[in-house]
Amino acid sequence: MNMTKIVRTTADLFYPFCLVFGLYVVLHGHLTPGGGFQGGAVMATGAALLLVSRRYEDITRSLRQNTMKLCEAVGLLMFITAGLAGLFAGGAFLYNGLAGAGGLFGEPVAFGANPGGLNTAGLIPLLNIAVGIEVLGGLTVILLYMLSGVKETEP
Amino acid sequence: MTPLLLLQALLLLGLIVTAVLVIAFKDLLSSAIAFAAFSLLLALEFYLLQAPDVAIAEAGIGAGLTTAIFIIAIRGTKRYEEKD
Repeated sequence: MNMTKIVRTTADLFYPFCLVFGLYVVLHGHLTPGGGFQGGAVMATGAALLLVSRRYEDITRSLRQNTMKLCEAVGLLMFITAGLAGLFAGGAFLYNGLAGAGGLFGEPVAFGANPGGLNTAGLIPLLNIAVGIEVLGGLTVILLYMLSGVKETEP
Repeated sequence: MTPLLLLQALLLLGLIVTAVLVIAFKDLLSSAIAFAAFSLLLALEFYLLQAPDVAIAEAGIGAGLTTAIFIIAIRGTKRYEEKD
């Protein structure tokens, strides 16, 4: 069942803003409230908006089940790889060797009261990004499977 | 009574009203929308209780995804509750 043009246009308009806000919550997970799960849920809400406003056959052109399954697998793989890299580099699972090392997310934290730099905290932003990708894929796959089982009765 | 306490009292009143509306509606789509409003008020209450992390999760999952799942389920079944 297609919803009305008003609903479809509103969903199309809100979709990119939902994605960008979710990405913001994920990337600032180590500085502000939120993180991987919350940001991923916000991004999946954007996908849910598209899903409820259209027929299943129309939505599969832009949101495919296989892409979302790939998202889920890539997120999990990123998390495990980051953990195992810590095991080999520092001797403990999820050892945070990147913090303060000067590379990616490796800036040392400034002394005293400060708003917080985005390029700090080492492994934690990477884990947030991994969880964000994984949650986006998982929740969207749930919605896609539910929608694929709905019989379209109305014209 | 401070303004913050008054706001929290109003929020709790709104929570009760929306929760009763969820049960009272015979149109299940209206019921799902009332449940979304309930979740949004609950998220605001979490924020006022200084748990912004929980508030973001509640707003994303409760008001967004659960409503979408309910609407998809209503599409697959019937929209109006039958009298028995």
